[in-house]
Amino acid sequence: MQLEFEIKGMDFARAGEAAAKIKKALQMVGMEVETIRKTLVVAYEAELNVVIHAYAGTLTAKISPDAVEIKVMDEGPGIADIELAMQEGYSTAPSNIREMGFGAGMGLPNIERCSDQMELTSEVNQGTLLTAIIFNRTSGEK
Amino acid sequence: MQKYFHSVRLDEDKCKGCTNCVKRCPTEAIRVREGRALIIEERCIDCGECIKICPNRAKLATTDGLEQLQNFHYTIALPAPSLYAQFEPNTSPEQILGALLNIGFDDIFEVALGAEAVSLALRDYLSRDHPRPMISSACPAVLRLMQVRFPGLLQHIVPIETPMEISAGLAREKARQQHGFSDNQIGVFFITPCPAKVTAIKQPFGEKSYVDGAISMSVIYGELLHSLDSPSTKQLPLLSGARGVGWGKAGGENHAIRCHSHLAVDGIHSIINVLEEIERGGLSDIDYLEAQACTGGCIGGPLAPQNLFVARVRMDNLVKKLSLQPDRPKSLSTDPEFLRLNKPILPRPALKLDQDINRAIEMLEEVEKITEDLPGLDCGSCGSPNCRALAEDIVRGYADTSFCIFKLRQRLQILAREIVDLSHKQPPAMGREREKELKEGDA
Repeated sequence: MQLEFEIKGMDFARAGEAAAKIKKALQMVGMEVETIRKTLVVAYEAELNVVIHAYAGTLTAKISPDAVEIKVMDEGPGIADIELAMQEGYSTAPSNIREMGFGAGMGLPNIERCSDQMELTSEVNQGTLLTAIIFNRTSGEK
Repeated sequence: MQKYFHSVRLDEDKCKGCTNCVKRCPTEAIRVREGRALIIEERCIDCGECIKICPNRAKLATTDGLEQLQNFHYTIALPAPSLYAQFEPNTSPEQILGALLNIGFDDIFEVALGAEAVSLALRDYLSRDHPRPMISSACPAVLRLMQVRFPGLLQHIVPIETPMEISAGLAREKARQQHGFSDNQIGVFFITPCPAKVTAIKQPFGEKSYVDGAISMSVIYGELLHSLDSPSTKQLPLLSGARGVGWGKAGGENHAIRCHSHLAVDGIHSIINVLEEIERGGLSDIDYLEAQACTGGCIGGPLAPQNLFVARVRMDNLVKKLSLQPDRPKSLSTDPEFLRLNKPILPRPALKLDQDINRAIEMLEEVEKITEDLPGLDCGSCGSPNCRALAEDIVRGYADTSFCIFKLRQRLQILAREIVDLSHKQPPAMGREREKELKEGDA
């Protein structure tokens, strides 16, 4: 099944709403605690990236018994150097965003750390497409 | 036997079936059915929000009565620190402790003393390596909230027992050593400001509880007041200091630990916001989160008789006064084994739609579809807290679409239109009369 959310750039007041709804959906489905934790971080960081950097975007969460796939497509400035963007602490967020406590350059590294598969493609002045997959690995006794 | 013990329950005669509690409950554990509030057992965390909000006083907390003291040879009262803030400023803690003896207890053990032992243990624990932030284990309603809604954060809870349990353990030890009583002869009773503590005693997080019963503060308040005036009441020395007594209000734990970086949050809905942030990986700059389900901390508990703000001033003044006095030397247990929470706190998957994940996903899809179709006004008239919860209830088989009054109205409208349409249809043998009527109407 699939959940879809529209995200607006600079809408900090609502940032995190999509991630919270996804979390609740995964709890209702009965996903593993660890799967939910990782998905939440991935969805939240990706959502926040759109809020900070892009004009608008769509986040979809595809839920299946063995995995969650988070896909975020945005219209925005795009990422010129993906390798650089993946480095911890590297950020293009302007100072006013940093003053709010966001844009510390940990978003993409966090997403990478929490997902089992990740793909990032971007085109400058067009937008960015992020796909991250988190496997639902069973922990403990079944 | 029921799976979960709950202190919070309903007085069916008083409940009017309004939806105040339904909408306020932090775990969406209440529904109105047949004009009465119904508590979903596995979701209820006994936080007492519904007790506070109920305009009809229909939500109650099951606590123990003073007559239970008769079941034991030797009884010990454990006054929660918040008790001292319930009385007039000129009533000292020494008098309150004396009054407790006067109403029938054989001994007193201040929970504030246990709080001091826990404060020291916390300070020691926080200086070691740990996930950040660590979350206080003191408020049982917060722990249950995490079991139901934030299972991923359970590993953040400090594995240290609560001041209540530590105090009860120490009180028992003292009674055994001083008087030679055996364990089942000793009755330890916590004087509680909240129902969550009652639940924590009857269904403890650890192996077992050292406490035998919980007596509601508001129930014995009258007797204590009466007893304060009695000439037979003697004062008892207050052994705990500002550090331990301060635990009775929000911020007190952090004040008692003194070092490291802390955050204090009170009020269950504010706590939910902060826990959500921690879950997203935030607040790792904080070492310790003090979280109390009641606004103001324990002095704001649903069973505390005094107004929260009045109690807060009294508590502040008492703590200020005590902090000017030198700390009394005391022999508190620092044995880490004794202070440790001896069982892991496990998740309570109360939100799961079905045991089978494939089936649960199908059901979730259904929930989404139904939610889309509901008006989204979250009016609560259906007995569920909001439209989405109604959709969940429908899918779980606990509710029907017709519970939504707007949906019901829509169906009635369609039906009414059909009735009108049908009424215009006439058998071919008739109709001339109708034509004539219409013509006359024109003229």
